[in-house]
Order: sequence, then structure tokens, then C-alpha cells
Amino acid sequence: MYPAGVSGRLELHIKNKSYRTVTGGRLHVLGKLSIALAKGDVAALVGPSGCGKTTLLRIIMGLDRDFEGVVSLPADCRLGVVFQEPRLLPWWTVEENIRLAAPQASEMALSALFATLGLTEHRLHYPGELSLGLARRVALARAFAVEPDLLILDEPFVSLDAPLAARLRAELIELVSRRPVTTMLVTHSIDEAIGLADRVFLLSPSPAHIVADVPIENPRGPRSADEIAVMANRIKRAANLA
Amino acid sequence: MKSALHLGSIALLVVTWIVASHMLGERLLPEPKAVVLALLDEARSGALAFNLSVTLLRVFASFAIAMALGTLIGLLMGRNPIFNWLADPWLIVLLNLPALVIIVLAYIWAGLTDTAAIAAVALNKLPIAIVTIREGARALDPMLDEMATVFRMSRRLRLIKVTLPQLAPYLVATARSGLSLVWKIVLIVEMLGRPNGVGFEIGAAFQLFDVTRILAYALAFTVVMLAIEAFLVQPLERHVSRWRLRPA
Repeated sequence: MYPAGVSGRLELHIKNKSYRTVTGGRLHVLGKLSIALAKGDVAALVGPSGCGKTTLLRIIMGLDRDFEGVVSLPADCRLGVVFQEPRLLPWWTVEENIRLAAPQASEMALSALFATLGLTEHRLHYPGELSLGLARRVALARAFAVEPDLLILDEPFVSLDAPLAARLRAELIELVSRRPVTTMLVTHSIDEAIGLADRVFLLSPSPAHIVADVPIENPRGPRSADEIAVMANRIKRAANLA
Repeated sequence: MKSALHLGSIALLVVTWIVASHMLGERLLPEPKAVVLALLDEARSGALAFNLSVTLLRVFASFAIAMALGTLIGLLMGRNPIFNWLADPWLIVLLNLPALVIIVLAYIWAGLTDTAAIAAVALNKLPIAIVTIREGARALDPMLDEMATVFRMSRRLRLIKVTLPQLAPYLVATARSGLSLVWKIVLIVEMLGRPNGVGFEIGAAFQLFDVTRILAYALAFTVVMLAIEAFLVQPLERHVSRWRLRPA
């Protein structure tokens, strides 16, 4: 079910989600889990690979309706999604790709977005001419161009080298601080979750349930490597206690 | 280099023709010069332009019908398994029905008319178009489809901007093989039941064993189809693949 929720609020209560396997059995992916986010919250989902994070995101996006439970999205929710792969249309230029997803975006807003993400000189390039890092930036730009009510990011910085991932994280922080938006970020890096989120949800191995829900103090503020290590330890301890 | 090779190959063809003509005799295989003279004769009388345009109109009409219907049905069959199971036996029947049977039945049922002729040719091309486009529809990327869904793209926008560009290579392949098939069948249809067109002229020349005129019309129409390939099909192909990186 997808009822329209209180404005700006994302609530999801999942009882059970399983897949039918090729051999006729059932693969239990998600257990009982609930997440509620207020408008503007940035949540990070962290869990071992294969625990059902992407499945959870697909349920929220409405791409998978075969589950038991309720998802309520903000009323008239506009979605901005950054998939694991950039998923750009190779036969349209960078700019056309973004305008197709966000036809209402003004020239000014787009120019600002291109400038923030360092894409200005790539506006007329085709996706095949871009490196993976650039293509991921275009995917980020597309998600922000729609001015979403709910932003979903599925491991958006995976397989990028560390300095580039750090730069894109900084750009993401800048975009979120400029226009607060309810955000759901999937990652398997606790450090990344600490750097970006207000709340970190730790998921168990499949069938996934939430083992810890840790609020982050002074979210997206500047911190030293030591501070991050201390926070990461605290989150890992919370996970073990649960 | 490329054009030199092309010219050399064409010269070789003409020389072979002349040599074969001397070996077989004027009556069975006239020399290129005689064929060109016959062609000029037909051109001067106006018969060539008339017959070529009549045949070309039939080619384009049946080609357009087959492509439009083939794309629609192929997309439906590739995307919708129920429709695919329903339509598949029909497709196999149509695919294996000899061209001659379709043509003769069309003339019997609809009379010796242009409608019957064009329908018969389109029906011959249709199943091949469906099969190719269906493969294209099955190869559509579900990831891009999901992207279009989450960004709330309208149906129309999706079809034009997401689906059809993915089908473009299949459409071009169908167009290319289709055009050559269609013009060959149009000639047979004209020979069997139309009072004009290149096929009719070749049929008439056959009755008189006039090989010169047969070759003259065949040559003229081949040149026209080569021009269409060079000035219409190839530029179209370059346009739909403009986004691909050129090999260095």
C-alpha cells in the first residue's frame, strides 16, 4: 500500500518481503522493520552486502509492490533517485538527460547545479564520453534537478577512488544544505554514513531488520579522523549489543 | 583508396559483362552499350520515368505500412507475453506462407487493384519486420525503464525518448533488409496483376524475349534503389548512431 502521508514525512512498516527463487523455494529478504523520517531528515542505511538494502529502496520507490507492509510517502511526492549505476540515456546529451527527468527546471537552476557539480563544460557531451565519476555526477545532478521531496541514493559513490568519492560527498552535502530534502542513503561504509547522515540505521544480514538506530550529533559538521573513528566504534558497539 | 577500389570493381563487372556477351551472343546477353541505348530510348519516350515512379510509389506505400504495423506489433509482442503467445502462431504461419500464395490470394479476394498489390507486398514484409522488432523490444534495458518510472516520465515521452532510440538499430536493420525485399516483391506483384510499373514492363519484355529491355529496366531500378540506400538509409543510420564514439 502507498497511502499519502503527513506532508514531507516518510514512513515505512514492512512485515515481510520474500522472492520466489528459480527452484520454486522462497528467499526471505526483509524481516519486520519500520523506519520513519521527518521532513529534511537524512538517513543512512548501513548493512552487510546482500542484506536487502536495494530491495528496501525499490519498495520505497514503488518499483517493487510485492511485499507485506505499508509505505507512506509525502503527499504528491517527487522522487529524485541516484541508482547504483548512473542509468543515463546514452543517445541524449548530459543536458538533455537532465531536462527529460526535470522538464520544469529553470535555466538558472540548472546552470547553478552544473556549476556546483563541475559539469558546466560537459553539458553537450554524450554519456559515452564521460568517465564513471562524471556520469555519477550527472546522475546526482538529475536527482537534484527535479527538486525532489524524497531523495534516494543507492551506494552512489561505490567504485570511485577515495579522493573523488570524498569530493562528491562534499558536493552532496552542499546540495542538501542548500535545499533540505528528506533523504535515504544506502551505503556499506560507516564512515560515509557518519559524514552525511542525521541518523544511521544498521541492518542485520538477510532477512534484514534494524539492529540499531543511531542519531549523529552535529550532522555534516566538520570532524577530525579521530572523532569519526570514535563515532564508528560507538555505532559498531551499538550493533553488537542489539 | 576506397573509391578507387569501388571504381575498379565496377570496371571489372562491365568487362566481365562484355566478355560474357561475346561468348553467349547478343540475343541472350546484349552488350552494356545496347542496354544503355535502350534505356535512353525508354527515357526519351517518358515510359521510364512513369514506370519507375509508379513502382517507387508502390514500394514506399507497402514499405511504410509494413514498417508501421511491424513496429507496433513487434513492440507489443516483445513486451507483453500474453499477446506474444496469442500472436505467435499467426506470425509463424505468415512467415512461412510463400509470397506467391499471398499475392495470388490478394488479387483473387480484392481484385486486380493497387490496394491488393500494396497489401500483398506489405503482408510479405510484415512478419520479418515483426520478428526483428520483437527481438529489439525484448532487449530493452529494464534499468532505463525503472529510471523513467521513478522520474515520472509520461508515456509519450518514454516511447519517443527512451524506447524508440533503443530500438533504432533494429529499425534501421529492418528498413534496410525490408526495402530490398519489398522492391523485389513489388516487381512480381506488378508482373502478375498490374498494367504498369517496372515489373509489368519486364513481364512484357519476357513475353517477347527482349533481354535488352529486361536489363535496361533492371539497371534503372537498381540505380534508383542504390541512390535511396546512399542518400536516405545511410544518413539516417549515421543520425541515429551519432552518440556512439567513433572508432579512432
